[in-house]
Amino acid sequence: MTMSDDGRPADIVLRLAGISKRFGDLRANDDISLELRRGEVLALLGENGAGKTTLMNILFGHYVADAGRIEAFGRPLLPGSPRAALDAGIGMVHQHFTLADNLTVQDNIVLGTEKLWSWRGHTARARARIANLAADFGLAVDPAKRIADLSVGERQRVEILKALYREARILILDEPTAVLTPQESEALFATLKKLVANGLSIIFISHKLNEVLAVSDRIVVLRQGRVVATRPTQGATSADLAELMVGRAVPMPKIEPQAAGAELLVLSGVRLVGPEGRAELDDVALAVREGEVHGLAGVSGNGQAALADLLCGLRRADAGSFRLLDQDMTGAETASIARLMGRIPEDRHAVGLIGDMSITENMIAERYRAAPFARHRLIDWRAARRFTQDIIAGFDVRCPGPQATTRLLSGGNMQKLILGRELSGEPRIILAAQPTRGLDIGAVAYVHEQLLAARRRGAGILLISEDLDELLSLSDRISVIYRGRLSAALPRAEFDVGRIGLMMAGHGFDGARHAA
Amino acid sequence: MDAIEIVFTASLWAAAIRIASPLIFATLGELICERAGVLNLGIEGIMTVGAFTGWFTVYMGGDLWTGVMVAALSGAAFGLLHGLLVVPLGLSQHVTGIGITLLATALTSYVYRVALPEVTSPPKIDPFQPWAVPIFSDIPFLGSALFNQTPLTYLAFVSVALVAYVLYRTPLGLAVRMVGENPAAVEAQGIDVTVLRIGAVMVGSAFMAVGGAFLTMSAFNSFYFDMVNGRGWIAIALVVFGSWRPGKALLGAILFAAFDAYQLRLQQIVAGIPYQFFLMLPYVLSILALITMARRAGYPRALMIPYRKGER
Amino acid sequence: MRLEPRVETPFYLWIAAPIAAIAASLVIAALLVMWAGAEPFAVFGLVAKGALGSQFALLETLTRATPLIFTGLAAAIAFRARLWNIGGEAQLYGGAVLAVLLGTGFLPLPAPVLVPLLFIAGAFAGALLLLGPTMLKTRFGVDEVVTTLLLNFIILLFVSFLLEGPLKDPMGLGWPQSRRVIEAAQLPRIIEGKRLHLGFVIAIAMAAIVWFVNARTTHGYEMRAVGFNPKAARFAGMKVDWVMMKVALFSGGLAAMAGVSEVTGLKGNLTLDLSPGFGYSGIVVAMLAMLHPLGVVAASIFVAAMFVGADAMSRQAGVPNYIAHVMVATALLTMVVGMLFTRFRVHWR
Repeated sequence: MTMSDDGRPADIVLRLAGISKRFGDLRANDDISLELRRGEVLALLGENGAGKTTLMNILFGHYVADAGRIEAFGRPLLPGSPRAALDAGIGMVHQHFTLADNLTVQDNIVLGTEKLWSWRGHTARARARIANLAADFGLAVDPAKRIADLSVGERQRVEILKALYREARILILDEPTAVLTPQESEALFATLKKLVANGLSIIFISHKLNEVLAVSDRIVVLRQGRVVATRPTQGATSADLAELMVGRAVPMPKIEPQAAGAELLVLSGVRLVGPEGRAELDDVALAVREGEVHGLAGVSGNGQAALADLLCGLRRADAGSFRLLDQDMTGAETASIARLMGRIPEDRHAVGLIGDMSITENMIAERYRAAPFARHRLIDWRAARRFTQDIIAGFDVRCPGPQATTRLLSGGNMQKLILGRELSGEPRIILAAQPTRGLDIGAVAYVHEQLLAARRRGAGILLISEDLDELLSLSDRISVIYRGRLSAALPRAEFDVGRIGLMMAGHGFDGARHAA
Repeated sequence: MDAIEIVFTASLWAAAIRIASPLIFATLGELICERAGVLNLGIEGIMTVGAFTGWFTVYMGGDLWTGVMVAALSGAAFGLLHGLLVVPLGLSQHVTGIGITLLATALTSYVYRVALPEVTSPPKIDPFQPWAVPIFSDIPFLGSALFNQTPLTYLAFVSVALVAYVLYRTPLGLAVRMVGENPAAVEAQGIDVTVLRIGAVMVGSAFMAVGGAFLTMSAFNSFYFDMVNGRGWIAIALVVFGSWRPGKALLGAILFAAFDAYQLRLQQIVAGIPYQFFLMLPYVLSILALITMARRAGYPRALMIPYRKGER
Repeated sequence: MRLEPRVETPFYLWIAAPIAAIAASLVIAALLVMWAGAEPFAVFGLVAKGALGSQFALLETLTRATPLIFTGLAAAIAFRARLWNIGGEAQLYGGAVLAVLLGTGFLPLPAPVLVPLLFIAGAFAGALLLLGPTMLKTRFGVDEVVTTLLLNFIILLFVSFLLEGPLKDPMGLGWPQSRRVIEAAQLPRIIEGKRLHLGFVIAIAMAAIVWFVNARTTHGYEMRAVGFNPKAARFAGMKVDWVMMKVALFSGGLAAMAGVSEVTGLKGNLTLDLSPGFGYSGIVVAMLAMLHPLGVVAASIFVAAMFVGADAMSRQAGVPNYIAHVMVATALLTMVVGMLFTRFRVHWR
C-alpha cells in the first residue's frame, strides 16, 4: 500500500486493512477492512459478539491487532496507543463511560489535554472553550458539576465533549443509544448531524436497525468477526440488514394472549432510602400476576437496580410491604426469597455466579444447605454433580464439564447456567433483570424462549429491561420507572413507543421535572 | 504541674511537632499511593529501609542531605518493586505489601549485620540540629513550638503544601486523582495508567523512606532494628482519618502526635498506671480514628482494584 | 505486556511455579551471600545440613515448624475467605496467656483433661481477638489489615504488662517471665529426651481437619464462596457477615493454638520472645502453600528448615542468619508471581 499523496481519493480519513484479532480460540476480528470518508456517518452494524467493540478497541489502541494496519488521514497509526489515536484526531465515546464520578465535568474533559509537567492548569480558558463547544453542538452541561450528579444522557454529552475538546476529526460512538430514551436518542442524532456538517466523520456502532437506517450514510455489517456487507444506507431495508447481520431470518418472539391469574408478587407503598439519604424507591406499587410478563421500562439509573435488590432480598424496604405468593416478605431473608422466586440478576459476572468456583459449586449455591446436597452439614458432591449435569444437558450449556471453572465460559453459557439454576425448580414467580444484555442473538433467543415457556406454564415474570423493543415484544403489561417512582401498568393494547418514551423521560409523573 | 496545664505548654507542642514529623512524611507517602489507587502496605518496611540507608550514608561519611536523598531513592526503589508487582501484574496489594515489608525489614537487618559485623552497640552520627527560623521563632508560644525544629520537620510541612498544590492545582495532580478514581478514564485520555501509578507509588515510597530517615537522622542519632515500631501502620490509619486529603492528614498527624506527647508527660505525673498502657495509646487511638472515619471517608473509588489494560 | 486468562492450567505449572519461585529466591539469596563475601553453594550446603543433616537437625526443624503450621493454617483459612488476618502474632500471644493463666495451677486437673482444655481456652482467646477486627470490618468497613496489625502491638504491650505485673514469676529473678505451667499441662515429648513434642501431631491433625472442613462441609463451601465473591454469595442467600465471623473464629483460634503449643510443649512458660514472628511467617507459609491446608504442613517445614539451617550456618560461615528472613520474604513475593502464571498467560505485545 502507498501513502495518500499518490492518487488515493482524498476524502478517505480512516482506513482499516486486514485487521485480525483472536482471543484464545475465538476469532473476534477476522481480516476486517473498511474505510471512513470525510463527513459521513458510517454505521457498524452487528449483533453482540460480532466483533464491533473489539475492532474499535483496536482502532483506539486498547488492544493490539494480531494482523492488519490502520491509517488515519493517510498516516499509519501506531498500534496499542490510545495517545496516538487521540493525537491522530480520533475520539471515542465508550459504551461504558470512562468518567471519574467524583470529579467535575471540566476535570474529566481537560485531563490529558495539557502538559502533565506544568505548574498550573488553565482553568478559566478551559471553561470558556467547553461552554462554546456545548453551545455550538447542543451539548448543554454544567462544567462545574460532579459527574456523579449528572444523568446518563448528560454523561454521554461529556464524553462527546471530551472528544470535541481535543478537536477530534473522527468520532466513534459505541452503542450510544443503549442508555438513552427515544427522545434523548433523537437529540443525539441532531448533534451528530451538526458534527458531520462541521466536517467530522463518524463511526456509529449499533445493533439496532432502525437507528442505523435513520442516522447513517453507509452501513458495514459484521458477523462473527467478518465484514459480510458494505452498502449505502439509501435503499437498504431492515429485513435485508437483519438477515445479513444474523445470517438467517430471525422471527421476533411473539406472545400469545393468555389470561392472567392471581397476583403472585405484590409491592405496596414501598420506599427505599439510599446510603446518602435519597429515596431510591418512593411509594412503589406493583403487582405481577400468574401467567403474565410484566415489563419494567426506564432509563438506566432510575431505580431499577434498587427495585431488583429489594425483590431479590438483598435490601429491605424502609416503608411499605412486599408480598410473595401470599406470604409477607417485607423483612425476609435472602435465602427464603430465593426459595420462592427464580432470580436472574442484572450482573452475571459479579452477582449471578462465582467465577473462580466450578460450575457444580455455582449450581448448588442456593440449595447447598439441604438434602439431597447436604446432610449434617456434609456436602454430597456426587449428588451436586448429577444435578449440575442435568442442568448442563437440559439448558444446552456448552462447557468442558461440571468441574470447569465458571469464569472461563462465554456470557451466553453463563446466562444459561443461571437460567438452569433458577428455573429448573419451576418457580411460580420469576424476576429477570436485564436478562439478555450483552448476549449474542442465539443466546437472546434462548433466554426469551425460556421466559415465555415459564409464562405458558403459569409463572408470573417481572422483566426489567432497558431494551424497549424487548419489552414491547414480550410483555403483557409495561410499567415505567422514573426517579424511583413507578407508573401505572399499561396493558398491551396501549403500548406506544412515543408515549412510553415520554414517560421514561418523566412525563406524567406528577411533580417531576422533565429530564434535562 | 497538673494534667490540664501541660496542654498549654509550648514544650508539649514542640514535642508533638517533632513526633508528628515522621508520621507526616509517611502519611503523605501513603496518601499519594492511595490517591493513585494503590494500597502500599510495604510502608513499615520502606520506613525501616529509609531509616537505615539515610543513617548509614551519613555514618559512611556522607552529609546529612545526601543521606536524605539516599533514603528517598532507596524508598523509591522498593516502591518500584511494589508498583511493578501490583500495577502491571495486578497482584493482591495486601499480600504484596506485606511481602515488601517483610523483605525490606529482612534486607535491612541483613545488610546492617554484613556491613557492621563487629559493632555491639549501634554507632552514632551527628544528626540534624534544630534551626530557629529568624523572626518567626520569636513569636511567643508558636515560635518555640513550631519554629525551633530541625530542617527535616520544616521539609515535612513544605512537602504537605507542595503535594496538596500538585494534587489539586496541576495537570499531573488531576491525572493522579483520576487514576485513583477510574483508571479507564485516564487511559481513554491517552495517559499511561501503568506508568502513572508506578510513578505515584515510587514518589509516595520515597516520602515514606524520608519519614523513616527522620527517626535516625533527626529524632535519634543511630539505627535500631525495631525503631519504626508500627509507625507505618499508624500512617495508614491517618490517611483514612484525613479522608485522603493532605491538609487533613497533616492535622491528623499533629493531633495524634500531641496525644502521644501528652501521654509521655502524663506518665510522669500519674502514678499507678503501668507504662504499657500509655504506650498502647497511639495504637488504640489509630484504631479509634479508623472507626470514627471509616463510614464517611471518601476513599478513592479504584483503590485496591487492579487495572489491566483493555480488560473490562 | 498483556495478561490473558488461561482456559486451563497445565498440570506441570502447578509444580513448576513453586519450584521456579523457590529457585528465584535462592538466586537472590546467593547474590546477597556473595556480597557478604561467602561462597553461596557452601552456605546453602551448611543451611541444608543444619536443617536436615542429622536426626537432631531434623527434629529441630520439625519443632520449629509446629507453630508455623498453626499460624500458616490460620492465615490460609482467613485469606481463602479474603479476611486479611495479619494479627497472628497477637492471637498467638492471646493463646499463650490463656495457657499460662489456666495451666500454672489454677486448674489442678489430670493431663488428658487439662491439655485439651488449654487448647480450647487458648483458641477461644485467639478467636475473640480476631472477632473484634472482623466485626469492625463487616459493621463499619474498617480495613482489617491495619486493625489486626495494630492489635499486634497492643497485645504485645499488654503481655509485657502481665509479665511485669499479675503474671510475673516471683522466682524469676526480676525477669519479665511467667511461672512455669504444671506438669499435667505439659505436652509429652514424641521421642524421649528430644524437643519435638505432641504439639506437632496436633498441628498435623488440625491441618487434616481444616482440609476436611474446606473440601467436604457446607462451612468450607460458604467460606470459599464468600472469599471469591461476597456479592454473589450474598445473592445466593449466604449470610456473608456471619460466615466471616466463622472464619475469624476458626482462624484466630488456630493462630492461638500456636501459642498454647509453644508454652505447653516447648518453653514451659511465657516470655516476651515466645514468638520470633511466627504470626508473620505464617502468612508466608500460607502463600507458599497456595492456601492449601496440607500444603501448609510442607511449607511450614520448608520455612522452619530455612530458619533452623540459617542459624546453624551463621555460626559456622559468619553470614548473618537474617539471610533466612530475606529468603522467606522473597519466596513469598516470587510465589505470588508464580501463582499468577498459573492463572494467566503473558503476551508481550
